[in-house]
Amino acid sequence: MKTLRLIWVGWKFHVKSLTLSGFFILTSVLQPIIFASVAYFMFRAGAREGTLLYVALGAGMMGIWSSTLFGSGGAIQWQRWQGTLEYCIAVPPPFLLVILPLTLATATIGLYSLTATLVWGRLFFSVPLEVAHPVAFIVALPVTVVGLGLLGLILASTFIMYRNANALSNLLEYPVWLVTGLLVSLSLLPFWVGPISWLLAPTWGINALRDAAIAGNAWPEIAMCLLLSAVYLVIGYFALQHFERLARERATLTLT
Amino acid sequence: MRENLRVFFIGGYLSYRALFNWMHWSYYIPTMLGAPIFQILFFAYIGRYAQVESDEFFVVGNAVQLSAMAGIYGMAMTVGGERWTQTLSPLLATPANRLPLFLGRALPLIANGIITSAFAFFVGWLLLDFELTWSEIPALAVVVAVSAFSCTSLGLVVGALGLRMRDVFFLANFVVYALLLFCGVNIPLDTLPGWMQEVANRLPLTHGIEAARGIAGGSSLSDVSGLVWTELGIGAAYATAAFVLFKLFELEGRRRASFETI
Repeated sequence: MKTLRLIWVGWKFHVKSLTLSGFFILTSVLQPIIFASVAYFMFRAGAREGTLLYVALGAGMMGIWSSTLFGSGGAIQWQRWQGTLEYCIAVPPPFLLVILPLTLATATIGLYSLTATLVWGRLFFSVPLEVAHPVAFIVALPVTVVGLGLLGLILASTFIMYRNANALSNLLEYPVWLVTGLLVSLSLLPFWVGPISWLLAPTWGINALRDAAIAGNAWPEIAMCLLLSAVYLVIGYFALQHFERLARERATLTLT
Repeated sequence: MRENLRVFFIGGYLSYRALFNWMHWSYYIPTMLGAPIFQILFFAYIGRYAQVESDEFFVVGNAVQLSAMAGIYGMAMTVGGERWTQTLSPLLATPANRLPLFLGRALPLIANGIITSAFAFFVGWLLLDFELTWSEIPALAVVVAVSAFSCTSLGLVVGALGLRMRDVFFLANFVVYALLLFCGVNIPLDTLPGWMQEVANRLPLTHGIEAARGIAGGSSLSDVSGLVWTELGIGAAYATAAFVLFKLFELEGRRRASFETI
């Protein structure tokens, strides 16, 4: 019960705090809208038949990933800059329970992206917003957010060792957009990209949302997202412990 | 004159070195060379999937656009970084001429933009369906240099606004994304709504990208000289606007004592 309360309070605090950040508003609202517009124009100019809802959902998911990547990847760095990392590690609850609400909050903030791209698409590009399977869509949404939040936990735990963690965040934005098939069918990419995409929650998340919204059975993808979330949690737990110990040994917690 | 040249070259060099103090090579390589690879691949594959334009269209558009990144982020970081490290007030307290002071900071960033762009062309040639003959390279280099100059001029405007705004990085990000949307980087210009084409014609990059596409398509530099001169003119206009804004916001900053606000 205490654990759930800690996660809930931490999540609420970080969602409020991130909502007040200009940078996050840019990442989670403006950037997805601009990328969605680029994609809408490209698909309109192109010869492929298809629904713009496919593009809107993909662009929204791009924003969720960016928000998770920069939020979770930068989580440790911010604590470092603010001089609070040592305190976060020294407090009685496990560090996992301190950092997990933050990574979940960064993924949650990404929901602004999805909302923004869908509303933008509806208003300016006449994107149809009819959802074929509303129940599956409503379930897929939080499951996807949790999946990305827990993937963010792995990012946060591994980035603890690097001073220039934001550089890795900058590097990882486009590749994940590409290999998870957010705007491009995976069948166009080299065959070896497939197995990589299976290990990433955004792949299953976007497939679940698209299946639920456009047509198809979203439940297997939702199940895969949940399974991956559990795997991420286990990996994140051990990675966080390992890197925290290394950072203590090497006295790198305060490096800025 | 000698003092101004000293401020321009040595001041610019030291500022660039300071930039690299903030931007270590472990930051520079993933951000300035790593991310561009995936940006090009991402848009080229969307193009293939949406069945719009060829790989060449996306390689040229994104490679030229990437020359903007160093100029815009670099100038934002220069002013934002001075503010962050609380050195903006001492800098502006010096009697140095502001024109060489800030243009000197822009020069290395133009060079940086050209390097990023050249690397992006190389990646496009290596990984995608994009060919470039040796004879096209000098003309393309001129176009990229002019585009890097005009984008850095826009970066100077962003930097100048950084004297007034607390969060200049927000603005820098917004400007880079806006260029991606408006300037025909990934979208054929004629498919954009009329008002967006009007805006695009007043922004850096638009004419540079068009000229670069022309050269990659077999035109000579003289064939696209009109576009290159327009790009250069737009760059000069932004540089002038930046200089005026620097002067204005410096006075304003002194009056409001806001240089150290972070």
